[in-house]
Amino acid sequence: MLTVPVETQILFAGILFFLGLIGLLVRRNLVFMLMSIEIMFNSAGLVFIIAARHWNQPDGQVMFIFILAVTAVEVAIGLALILQVYHHFKTLDVDKINKLKD
Amino acid sequence: MDIFFYISAGIAIISTIMAISGRNAIHSLLFLILSLLAISVVFYLLDAPFIAALEVIIYAGAIMVLFIFVTMMLNIGLEHKQEKQWLNPSMWIIPSILAAILLGDLILALRNMPTAVAGAQLIQPKQVGISLFSTYLLAVEIAAILLMAGVIGAYHLGSQKKKVLHRFLEKK
Amino acid sequence: MTNLIVLIPALPLLSFLILVLFGGKLSRKVAGWIGAGSIGVAALLTIIVGISFIKSLPETKSYSVVIWQWLHVGNLTANIAFRLDSLSLVFIFVITFVGFLIHIYSIGFMANDEGFTRFFAYMNLFVSSMLILVLADNILLMYLGWEGVGLCSYLLIGFLYKEPANGAAARKAFIITRIGDTAMIIGIFILFLSFGTFNIQDIMHLASAKWAIGSSLAVITAALLLGGALGKSAQLPLQTWLPDAMAGPSPVSALIHAATMVTAGVYLIARTNVLFSLAPIVQTIIAIIGALTLLIAGFSALAQHDLKRILAYSTISQIGYMFLALGVGAYSAAIFHFMIHAFFKALLFLAAGVVILVLNEEHDIFKMGGLRKRMPVVFWTFLIGSASLSALPLITADFYSKDAILWFAFSSNSGGMVLWFAGIIGAFLTALYSFRMIFITFFGEAKTEPTFNAGKLMTVPLIILATLSVIGGFIELPTSMGNFHLFSNLVNNTLPNIAIKNVEQLEWLFQLISALIASIGIYLAYRFYFKKPAYIEAFNHSRLNHFFEKGFGFDKVYDVLFVKPIVWLAEIDKKDIFDQLNISISRLAIWGNHFLSIAQNGKLRWYLLSFAIGIAFILTLMLTK
Repeated sequence: MLTVPVETQILFAGILFFLGLIGLLVRRNLVFMLMSIEIMFNSAGLVFIIAARHWNQPDGQVMFIFILAVTAVEVAIGLALILQVYHHFKTLDVDKINKLKD
Repeated sequence: MDIFFYISAGIAIISTIMAISGRNAIHSLLFLILSLLAISVVFYLLDAPFIAALEVIIYAGAIMVLFIFVTMMLNIGLEHKQEKQWLNPSMWIIPSILAAILLGDLILALRNMPTAVAGAQLIQPKQVGISLFSTYLLAVEIAAILLMAGVIGAYHLGSQKKKVLHRFLEKK
Repeated sequence: MTNLIVLIPALPLLSFLILVLFGGKLSRKVAGWIGAGSIGVAALLTIIVGISFIKSLPETKSYSVVIWQWLHVGNLTANIAFRLDSLSLVFIFVITFVGFLIHIYSIGFMANDEGFTRFFAYMNLFVSSMLILVLADNILLMYLGWEGVGLCSYLLIGFLYKEPANGAAARKAFIITRIGDTAMIIGIFILFLSFGTFNIQDIMHLASAKWAIGSSLAVITAALLLGGALGKSAQLPLQTWLPDAMAGPSPVSALIHAATMVTAGVYLIARTNVLFSLAPIVQTIIAIIGALTLLIAGFSALAQHDLKRILAYSTISQIGYMFLALGVGAYSAAIFHFMIHAFFKALLFLAAGVVILVLNEEHDIFKMGGLRKRMPVVFWTFLIGSASLSALPLITADFYSKDAILWFAFSSNSGGMVLWFAGIIGAFLTALYSFRMIFITFFGEAKTEPTFNAGKLMTVPLIILATLSVIGGFIELPTSMGNFHLFSNLVNNTLPNIAIKNVEQLEWLFQLISALIASIGIYLAYRFYFKKPAYIEAFNHSRLNHFFEKGFGFDKVYDVLFVKPIVWLAEIDKKDIFDQLNISISRLAIWGNHFLSIAQNGKLRWYLLSFAIGIAFILTLMLTK
């Protein structure tokens, strides 16, 4: 039986989330940015699982499954967009893809 | 049991750090898969074996493989120089400070955690399934529509457009 | 039957809307007959309403109809409501009837003008506004009509807008009347503040109940309303716009700047006579202003060369008579003179319009001459008009109306010898300048050839108006001859009776004097301007004549006193001192734009960072509270 306090568990999820955030802010490569978003999604799912155990309810796990579905769609669309961006701009540098400026 | 949690948590954090700081995309993705596997161990420890299995199969299996495919398709795994140029060490400072502040907030928020419900027991995958297809039936349907939209969208975006311009007229 | 009064202002308004909205699609003929026809129907309705009103005079001597509530804010209520009494009946009769004749005339007069439908649209709007002005039951609606006629006056003076001078004349008229209107609206505000209502009848009742005679508030309000009347009626010191207003087409001068709009001031004072009787000092001022104006305008008319300017000064002078009558309390005499003046002055302007039109826009009377044989109809009608203007004894209508004013100027309790003397000098001048006009224009040798003959559309209205200028006087005969008071009996249903001194037996003497004076004036005009022009040759070139011609130099004085200092101030402020403040605000905005657009750089990571900073900030704030 796991006796790690629930605060420590959430702290773990939080550290993962903020690592994802740092990655998102630091990396300029779109693939890495998408990876960082994955990390953040995953840590959010982790919190749901922790909460499900904490409250002894299945709902948290249900939510994780939904997150999984959303992530799958997001990755599929995101990667397709990355392909198109690379095809169009010949780069993956987000700082170069700034046509929205005007 | 606790020691397993700390070990896998440590592996997850370290491999995530490696993943976000790596220069080679393929290496980063492999670190990320490692991190996801470690997290699935944590899921198992958190009495959610079904979710742990899903994590391995869908996250580490399907999604990451998709990443690797695309990375290989774009052939960006070898752009070390460019990545090095992009990853100026000074760029880490501000996001790290920001993340530290947010982590501090999280710790602050965790001070008053409510106590757990007594008599915790294993949540069976059966329970999850029943809940999913009764209480959350509508959400399941919506998720299905979302997946459908994702499939169509990915297909549409992924298909290569025919060239409109003659190759001489293309911008270099 | 009297409910039909709603239609009287509504018909010209409808016609205005038709002409404005579909004017481009209508042929000239249709547009002209819509324009004139609507006024014609309104005139017909006026006669029907008038007969039924006189036949069965209501208990209150008036008839009101509320159409709808216009404004209702707090205790401020104003209705679109019309009120018919004998005063407004006289006015709507003149407006619609003379207006109809002038519209008929205009169909012929404007036939070749490119702005034909525009002209009729403006004229109809004018008639509608003027009818609203005189029928309005509350002072706010009256002000609407008041400003409406001012607008139409502006539009029609500047009708031939391709000539910059016409535009300047239009602006001058608009700005000078604005001075009076500003005073008037302040007066209206005072009335509303004091009595809490806009209804004219209520105001009059409350004013006589609440305000003592000569109380300062009453004097101030009456003076402010008088300011509005002075501006609109071109009286001293705001008279300078009217001679320039002759830049408009002749029918406009006839309708607006002679027959109707310029008498709005007379209407205003007659309508609010209770206020003026509460402020005797203001009433005395009205009489003095009237006397001064009629003298100044009479002298000015004597020296003019432009046919229409003579008539313009004569209009100012005749309205001066009306003000004199109002000032001494002879309201019915003033209104009677208004009606007669509307007939003959419209006639004179229309006839002058024909003369000017057939002589190819020749305005200078010294370049005319000898037109008597060439255009007999115009000559005879013009002669009748001039005779009426100069109050030729017994046969012309103006003799009776002007004589009444002169008599009351002397015999009224507030009148006296000085006012009468000013009036009689004015009568002499009137006779002199009107027959100067006749002799120079129609007699002597011909200097220009008429290019064509005026059609029936133009001459028939002249004949009708000439007839009225003669017989119109017989509805009101003085006590000494005939003692027939049809008109004043009608008008006195609404307006107060005049109180006169106990000198009634002298009336015939004064009539004799004024008859003599008018005849002498005509004879002297014959001597000086026809028989022996050499007598006054020296005078014609004198400085005094020049001074008269420039209208006693009012324009120049105003130019030095008001226009030059304002232009000077504007020169100083060329760089827009106060604008700098506003410009600095806009500069701040532009600077802010530059500053913020740095953030809008299209860099996704930048957006993400600011997003994260925002979240961190809010979370920290929430958790450390």
